[in-house]
Amino acid sequence: MRKYITAVLLVISFMVNSQNCKNSVSGKVTDLHDGSVLSGATLVVLETGQSTLSDFDGSYKLNDLCQGQNYSVKVMHASCETMTFKLKVSRNLNRDFKLEHHIEELNEIIVSGKAYENQSSSVFENKLSTETLERFSTASLGDALKSLSGVSSLNKGNGIVKPIINGLHSSRIIMINNGVRMQDQEWGKEHAPNIDVNAVGKLTLVKSASALQYGGDAMGGIIIAEGLKIPVKDSLFGKTSISAASNGRGGVFTSQLTKSTKNGWYGALQGTVKRFGDLESSSYVMSNTGLMEKDFSLRWGVNRFNYGLEAYYAYYSTEIGILRSSHAHGAADQIRAINSNVPLVVRDFTYDIGYPKQDVSHHLVRIKAFKKLNNSSKLSLQYDYQKNHRFEYDIRVGSDRDTPALDLELDTHTALLDFKGALGSFDFKTGVMGRYQNNFANPDTGIRRLIPDYNKYDFGIYGVLDFKINERLQSEGGFRFDYTYMDVLKYYRNTFWEDRGYDVLFPELVIEQVGSQVLTNPRLEFSNVSATLGFKYQIDDNSNLFFNHAIASRAPNPSELFSEGLHHAIARIELGDLRFDSEVGHKTAITYELSTEKFNLTVNPFINNIQDFILIEPTGIRQTVRGNFQVWEYRQTSAQLLGVDLDAIFKINNNFKLSHQLSLVKGYDRNSELPLINMPPVTTKNEISHTNKKLKNLKIALQSEYVFAQNEYPETNFDVYLPALETTETVDISTPPSAYHLLNLNASMDFKMTNTSSLTVGLGIANLLNTSYRNYLNLLRFYSDDLGRNFLLNLKFNY
Amino acid sequence: MKKQILLIPFLVVALIFTGCSDDDDTTPNTPDPVNEQEVITTVEVTLSDGTNSYLLSWEDMDGDGPGEAEISGATIPAGSYSGDIQLFNKTVDPSDDEYVVTAEILEEDLDHQFFFSAGTGLNVTTTYTDMDSAGNPIGQQFSMTATSGSGDFNVVLLHEPDKNAAGVPDGDMTNAAGDTDVNIVFPIVVQ
Repeated sequence: MRKYITAVLLVISFMVNSQNCKNSVSGKVTDLHDGSVLSGATLVVLETGQSTLSDFDGSYKLNDLCQGQNYSVKVMHASCETMTFKLKVSRNLNRDFKLEHHIEELNEIIVSGKAYENQSSSVFENKLSTETLERFSTASLGDALKSLSGVSSLNKGNGIVKPIINGLHSSRIIMINNGVRMQDQEWGKEHAPNIDVNAVGKLTLVKSASALQYGGDAMGGIIIAEGLKIPVKDSLFGKTSISAASNGRGGVFTSQLTKSTKNGWYGALQGTVKRFGDLESSSYVMSNTGLMEKDFSLRWGVNRFNYGLEAYYAYYSTEIGILRSSHAHGAADQIRAINSNVPLVVRDFTYDIGYPKQDVSHHLVRIKAFKKLNNSSKLSLQYDYQKNHRFEYDIRVGSDRDTPALDLELDTHTALLDFKGALGSFDFKTGVMGRYQNNFANPDTGIRRLIPDYNKYDFGIYGVLDFKINERLQSEGGFRFDYTYMDVLKYYRNTFWEDRGYDVLFPELVIEQVGSQVLTNPRLEFSNVSATLGFKYQIDDNSNLFFNHAIASRAPNPSELFSEGLHHAIARIELGDLRFDSEVGHKTAITYELSTEKFNLTVNPFINNIQDFILIEPTGIRQTVRGNFQVWEYRQTSAQLLGVDLDAIFKINNNFKLSHQLSLVKGYDRNSELPLINMPPVTTKNEISHTNKKLKNLKIALQSEYVFAQNEYPETNFDVYLPALETTETVDISTPPSAYHLLNLNASMDFKMTNTSSLTVGLGIANLLNTSYRNYLNLLRFYSDDLGRNFLLNLKFNY
Repeated sequence: MKKQILLIPFLVVALIFTGCSDDDDTTPNTPDPVNEQEVITTVEVTLSDGTNSYLLSWEDMDGDGPGEAEISGATIPAGSYSGDIQLFNKTVDPSDDEYVVTAEILEEDLDHQFFFSAGTGLNVTTTYTDMDSAGNPIGQQFSMTATSGSGDFNVVLLHEPDKNAAGVPDGDMTNAAGDTDVNIVFPIVVQ
């Protein structure tokens, strides 16, 4: 239904005597749905006829308006419905205008976007636009997320980048890809999210567990990736981007094409190929760090006002080389690697990916349907299936040389039913979730299973209420219950089974004795309750205050429960515990948001208290045929994380902008009063950017990133006796690397090709000064420096 | 109308539960036990002087599990010996190809080398007596001259060492790099 709002406003003012007509109105023009800025919008004051255009970041200013006068401002933008807003000028005003996309596009948003519109009304949400994401075309999703305050990453080299939100990662974070919760063995420290950064249209970060519709176990937060918007009109459009990078001597080719029709049918196709050879630090080749990634996705559906149906398929596959010199066989190798300034293996550059490496593929199928029952209520049903297949290859000998050391297949089926409605002044969301998951660990690897075979059943039910108390104050409350049942078949070594006392505690789990191993059938049940309560208060036209308290409960993951052997990647023996309970976290987050014409600020302090927090720590040394290995055991304790994230933007004038970002987090084990391991060090990013719309939309930005040394860490060093040298040496695996400072430069220009196509040329230099540094949160920091200078060239065609 | 809609989720919940309870057996199919490959459970060094032979043995059946290794050294008369090293994976059946690990090591002779050292108090020297296809030592065969004393005899096997690095062909592992496959000690007493 088309409805044009036309300017029919009669404003009669009798207050014509001695007015002050020096007032101004300024603000931003943004998209109502995703908050993206609308530049080039025309604003006309109907009463006076004066007009202006919004600039590159959506800002506008209207001068010489009279105090006490009522005005009507008509706002027009090419891709939006024209709207007229009434306002009364009582002083210099700040007023943001939100425009709706053409009605056709709106319907689309109901299908793919509406569910994300308000993840949680009492938590400030950080967003990454398509434009920002495009800058990370050659990198990964984790790298893109890192550009947000409060997000850092746990890396394994440079190809495996795992996001950390406010100090927490892995199974403490929920990743949503087009409405589907990713089931990609996310528990592992060296498993990166299986999402192509080039397929993401918008990325939203909720630094809290408050978006209960997705799950109740997001102690750290929720990352939501959405596809690109598809308008409901006859159109065919797409983009192709080619990027080349000097470091790794590779590049990325990504392309997408979308066809949509006026009657609601649409289809979209997207694909990416990424290829890199060995990466280089500031002074040497990091041998065996090449990467090959191939992804594609398809979307097809119909989108009507009252109903819609969409099918989505995404395939992601990656082959990532792991630094050759990082393969430490025991303490003696570790000592040699740590004591050496350069990696022990440095070969000539190659595109070949040898061992060790990871080879991962992920299929995702989603079918979603919705039906609008009336103006305020909507029912949606979704089914998704995911298949994750992970191979990890190690350095092996003889006939096993090409046999993977790890071969895991994870199949997940999920059904979701959600209902959204309104009752009086309450808006509510409610839904149920059912999930079945099967893990199969292939025994042909000839290496004991890291994760046992299991069937897992999850059931969840939630309800979230939104209540507008008054014009300024909005509150939110939610509750979720999750039940998890795991049926596991696992072989334990007799020695471990008895050493742990499991033979006395759980004799009933034993099915049979097979050689030196015992086959057991643990059946684990977890019932988790999570809840959220919060509010958003509009202090004045320019500022908001968000407050949220969220309770998250997380069942222990398979590696915390079942690990019992050597983890080659980090050269240590890891032991899980069958007896673990769920973790329960209480996170309180406050955000103050100020947004004026010249200055934007968000300050976000938080505190997160977690009971039964599962951590891993060293408990001893074990002798093996390869010498001594450190033993790390999982343990539950009380943990506390606290910190603050800060973002500030100063607009010097229409062309220059200064941005500042600070992320700080501290984590402690409250039983031992020791710091938690792998907490992100304090990081500050500062950027000066120049934009010139008149000169082909020229953008230049210089960014400085300063990472402090982590000064709070648990001491986990150990002493080892080296028989060949007859000495005892300390293996220093805990001292964090020194602080470092990186400079990055980015520039881009737009060129119009035809009426409907344009070319954007981007140039960038990362690590401009070729600084040599090591990152505390890189698992390979003992073995090699981090990335050296990297020149990037990007050509993007929009058509 | 509205209230009826609210019941739908509960209906689905009921369906899910009935769906699950129909299938009583939730347990996955019984997995096969893993036959651990290329695990070295046992290292045997045989020293022989032509008439007598002495066995040094090191065995840890549960690999990186909590079980301790059983180590037995030897008391040997002073003199010259020829040494032979055998590695076994005793988690598999003796008929299995993987049982004798030494065979695999010798197949990939270019990528492997043993190194020996004597701890304080033990006066023994070793020299390589075998060669890989490139003319560099492997060390699976060696000769030992035992003079006097007692102490630890250290045996190291490196995978992919730099066999041409300084000192490496003479048995000095300082510059060898590579990954450690074996690093153990045997107590030896020379009479």
